[in-house]
Amino acid sequence: MNLVTIAIKSIKQRILSSSLTALSVALGVMLMVAVLIINGVVSDLFSQPSFGFNLVVGPKGSDLSLALSAIYRLDRPGEPLPYLFYKELKEHRAVEKAVPIAIGDVTEQGGFPIVGTIPEFFDLDYAYNKPFRVCVPGTFLKTPWDAVIGSRVAATNGWNIGSEFKLIHGGAESDHIHDEKFRVVGVLAPTGTPNDRSVFVSLAGFWAISGHEKPLKEAIDRLEKFRYPVPQSLRDKAAKPNKAHDAHAGHDHDHELLDEQKEVTAIFVRTKSTVAEIALAGEINEDVRAMAVNPIFPMKRLMTMIVDNIKLMLLTLTSLIIVISAVSIFVSIYNSMSDRRREIGIMRALGARRETVFTIILAESALLCLGGGVIGLLLGHGLVAVASPVIEARSGILVNPLSFEPLELVLFPVLLVVGSLIGFLPGLAAYRTDVAAALSE
Amino acid sequence: MSLVLDNLKKSYREPGGGRIPVLNVPHFELQTAEQVALVGSSGGGKTTLLNVIAGITSPDSGRVVVDNVDVTGLNEPSRDRFRALKIGFVFQTFNLLPAFTALENVLLGMCFSGKGTDSHRATDLLTRVGLGHRLHHRPPQLSVGEQQRVAVARALANHPSLLLADEPTASVDIANQNTILDLIRDTCRENNVSLLLVTHSPDVAARFDRIEKLSDFNLSEKASGGR
Repeated sequence: MNLVTIAIKSIKQRILSSSLTALSVALGVMLMVAVLIINGVVSDLFSQPSFGFNLVVGPKGSDLSLALSAIYRLDRPGEPLPYLFYKELKEHRAVEKAVPIAIGDVTEQGGFPIVGTIPEFFDLDYAYNKPFRVCVPGTFLKTPWDAVIGSRVAATNGWNIGSEFKLIHGGAESDHIHDEKFRVVGVLAPTGTPNDRSVFVSLAGFWAISGHEKPLKEAIDRLEKFRYPVPQSLRDKAAKPNKAHDAHAGHDHDHELLDEQKEVTAIFVRTKSTVAEIALAGEINEDVRAMAVNPIFPMKRLMTMIVDNIKLMLLTLTSLIIVISAVSIFVSIYNSMSDRRREIGIMRALGARRETVFTIILAESALLCLGGGVIGLLLGHGLVAVASPVIEARSGILVNPLSFEPLELVLFPVLLVVGSLIGFLPGLAAYRTDVAAALSE
Repeated sequence: MSLVLDNLKKSYREPGGGRIPVLNVPHFELQTAEQVALVGSSGGGKTTLLNVIAGITSPDSGRVVVDNVDVTGLNEPSRDRFRALKIGFVFQTFNLLPAFTALENVLLGMCFSGKGTDSHRATDLLTRVGLGHRLHHRPPQLSVGEQQRVAVARALANHPSLLLADEPTASVDIANQNTILDLIRDTCRENNVSLLLVTHSPDVAARFDRIEKLSDFNLSEKASGGR
């Protein structure tokens, strides 16, 4: 038997009030842990220091919206760019590699975002010096109906090589299911990026989907807006309504689409150098047609202006909850002191020193805080486990309940200090107990 | 010599500012392994005397020597340690901790001695007081007589040289009174422990060879005519 055992016995003696006070600490810690984990995941996601490319080119508008839609697939894509713009950009002297993507659809099962792209997409690292790896070897996007899926998609939908699936046009809230079926030819190894919950299909297949081809008139308008010459043959074709075509809507669109009719949502560009990046971004941004963004900057702004402030606010709130819990522990222990005067008197009569009874009270308070902390830690991860499917469904952010934030470790020394502070005054009351008077009560 | 009291005085402050003398003991001695019944009326200073001997309460003046150590000359931490090691205490209301089992209550007595706990000795003591089958029962699960036996075992846990018993049979029925008394006296005898037992019962006192009336050597009580 030692002082900690005595403190534990004392806690057990008042099991109801002890449990309630520990629970209040546990709830505060639970919230704090959940905030820390979710914030950690969001920070890691949005603070990705590097990508396999250094510019995202998209329609004029918000740079943040472009990054969120093209890279994180969290925002709706803006107006598309003509495929001819991609072809022009690909040949630019500053560009080492340019990869177009087309987004907007989701899988029928699971609602995962579809990314229409070209095989070269997988030549770009998903982060600095981190190339894509495939769990199951496959031939990437060789035919129009090939698909490569992220690890999360494979795990959630139970898909593997050979699995077939359909797309929903325009997002999960739409009820327009495309007839065309894609077939999984590759599964990516986990990357910890939004690519894990993305489905990559051949751009050719994406365009070949019924309804994805641009009506000629709209295609001509966009070409003119982007100052591309419109071939007379295209104008003639647009002027003549194609009744035969309209009559068999939903048919297999195996016929070749004109380049003028093709569109992309954004283009990932790796420039030949940093100087080239600055020059190219300047050149594109001066033009009214499109914009080029290094995604690190808008994401950093998002973190600093919004995510960090929300984190601070939530951490402040949860800290206040822990402070309130600490006060309730203090009140509980302090109130119990009058009932415990005799108990303390007995211990002192048996030879316990003043410092000993002081330490027992301090240990009791620290144990309540630490016990509450451990329970809170487990509850926090449990809360994240329960909430992660909801978070993923609503925001597309993958949260691993087992991910651990270093700050969680700091919680325990802090709780120990808080516990000691709480126990100080009741401990002092125990220290000052008049043994003879306590025994005569 | 197990216990010597010399010119021991203790008074309490009155609300009005004056002092009420409670103890004034010119001299008192208790030999090693001797057993003495100390008889006195209620409020006569019996409990105060025991508290002063145990070092729980400091006297205004005088000396308390236990086992050749001047307790009054020790500082408080040393007095606490000395009390844990050399003085056993049996209270009228047993003063067992309700959350602890019988065994744990005895171990608690050892815990503060600085010598560590000895489960074997604690079990042995409880077995000797007839509670070998009640080791893991908590006080509320024990009868009054059994609780007092646990208290006796606890008082002897650290091999004390002096056992102070404050009305140890006052809370138990007649049948248990004799059993408890025999138990305390026998275990003290077996362990060569001096016993100073305070009682207001003439029947209990009559069982001792040496009976001391507090009023005979406490001049304060003599002066007040028994408080």
